[in-house]
Amino acid sequence: MTEIQTSDEKVEVEDSVQERAESSLYGKKISLKVRVKEKIIEYFFALNGAVALIFIILIFIFLFKEGINALNNIGLLDFIYYDQVQLNQTVERLFEWYPTSSEERYSLLPLIVGTLLTAIPATLISTFFGVAAGVYLSEIVNPKLREFLKPMIELFASIPTVVLGFLILVVGATIFNDLFHPSNRLNAFIASLGLSFVIIPIIASMTEDALRSIPTDLRMASYGLGATKWQTISRVIIPAGFSGVSASIILGFGRAVGETMIVLMAAGNAANITTDLLLSVRTMTATIAAEMGEVSQGSDHYYALFFIGIILFTITFFLNLIAEIIINKMRKKNVF
Amino acid sequence: MGTTKFLFFLLAFILLMVLGKIVYEGIGIISLEFIFDEPRNNMTEGGIWPAIFGTLAVTTIMVLLSVPVGVSAAIYLSQYAKDTFLTRIIRTAVNNLAGVPSIVFGLFGLGFFILFIGRNIDEVLGTGLLWGQPCLLWAAATLSVLVLPIVIVSTLEALISVPKSHIDASFGLGATKWQTIKKVVFPQAKPGILTGTILAISRGVGETAPILFLGAAFFLPNLPVVDLCIGDYCIPMINPAEQFMYLAYHIFILATQSSNPTLTMPIQYGSTLVLIAITFLLNITAIVLRYKYRKQLGKI
Repeated sequence: MTEIQTSDEKVEVEDSVQERAESSLYGKKISLKVRVKEKIIEYFFALNGAVALIFIILIFIFLFKEGINALNNIGLLDFIYYDQVQLNQTVERLFEWYPTSSEERYSLLPLIVGTLLTAIPATLISTFFGVAAGVYLSEIVNPKLREFLKPMIELFASIPTVVLGFLILVVGATIFNDLFHPSNRLNAFIASLGLSFVIIPIIASMTEDALRSIPTDLRMASYGLGATKWQTISRVIIPAGFSGVSASIILGFGRAVGETMIVLMAAGNAANITTDLLLSVRTMTATIAAEMGEVSQGSDHYYALFFIGIILFTITFFLNLIAEIIINKMRKKNVF
Repeated sequence: MGTTKFLFFLLAFILLMVLGKIVYEGIGIISLEFIFDEPRNNMTEGGIWPAIFGTLAVTTIMVLLSVPVGVSAAIYLSQYAKDTFLTRIIRTAVNNLAGVPSIVFGLFGLGFFILFIGRNIDEVLGTGLLWGQPCLLWAAATLSVLVLPIVIVSTLEALISVPKSHIDASFGLGATKWQTIKKVVFPQAKPGILTGTILAISRGVGETAPILFLGAAFFLPNLPVVDLCIGDYCIPMINPAEQFMYLAYHIFILATQSSNPTLTMPIQYGSTLVLIAITFLLNITAIVLRYKYRKQLGKI
């Protein structure tokens, strides 16, 4: 620590006797020059913090600024249905995303259905595997092996999504097609399998964190009552860590809703309203990704895509917020 | 208990199968020519050098833009800012930003960087339509906003884990705040900051969705390079105003929009193997760094 006091510093300390000096928090006299320098440095860091904050606000502003234009020509109801007048004067109500036809139809329902149809199965699959993996890592595996396996999960999470999309498209879909002969080769189920590769690591590592933060007293008390290891895990540890586990599932669901490349490559991109997992679907993210490149700037279609962006942003933002609130509550509760 | 173990190892098995498939199919095509050659013959032959170069160029600019801002913001949040309502909001916002879908960042980049900043620069400088269209700089800027939360959060973690006693001891010796940060806090947090930076790079390398409409090109015969001349001396520089090829985007395009997918299959697997190798190398470095760093902290 002695190297902190440079020769330059000593001179300043001596000078400070003559200069107007002010005592610091720790009772030392600090010269004006040093104080000015310190303030400049502080403001520099504050500026950078502000830049980060400004970008967060800007994302908000520019997304909403462009997206809200969609409501100028396309009504809010047009985002739900389109009434087509038939030849015999009857009105047929259509729920279609068809922005490039002569009668543009902007119903978001097929896209929302598509998003849910890929995200929900993916979350269910990932919850099953992810929680199991989390429990295994936190409660069962011996610590030495965990030191090795935990980084493996992080590595698992780092696979670029375009790689997963590529593999599902090239390998997964072919195998699935040969085995089950689905109605569409690329379908919602295939996409949700791909998505679960992204979500399993999130759920697994967050579950592990949540369960490990549970005090050992609880485990010991349970063993003391004569419970077996599995009884302790299933009746004590998992209920105690339930909020953390549920936060990880919410976060995983948010990621599934927001994931783009996998659903773009593997879901088939046909805007069906269906509950059939073996049909092609089109998600909100894939719609933006596929259509933004070709759309002309300033058109209704262009603004409609930004409107989808607003919806995505809002959904994922609130899911993240809920997860964070749950985690914060859990942190407070676990401090005994 | 047996069930969880079984499920875990089933998971590990699936993962190994996936990686094994990429390595098995891709290793055959990897050669120096493949890496350093240009695509030829409608991308059915040749290499992927322009895509690798584009990826390196974009991530370099991304790191230059995001790391200084992110690290300083984290220093401010952890060392200077008081625990007020505003700082808590900033922390929540940063955390939440990490969960915003990457495609939304693409929309933001299009709306803010290209249409707002770019078009205004063109108007003021009278450059015609140079900056107001998708190009390398805006793609890198968008990616840097995307990785900013990662850099901030990981740097924050590293800074907070520096023991309070060390900081107090430094103050006790008469050091000022900046001296303390420079000589005591920063050296201890350096491995953590480095880890965050590496993770940010690996995220940027693998991200495809935001750059889909921000200047990634299907095929470019030339590298996005411009000669910066001062007098007679010319240094080749990354040209930020040009479109670029990107490794992750290249895989996407070859897999979905190639005229002959079966013919380009070896190139697809080869590119995937290169991408996976880069991201894994970066991540393993980060993991090893963090492991060493934790051990080091444990000794103190």
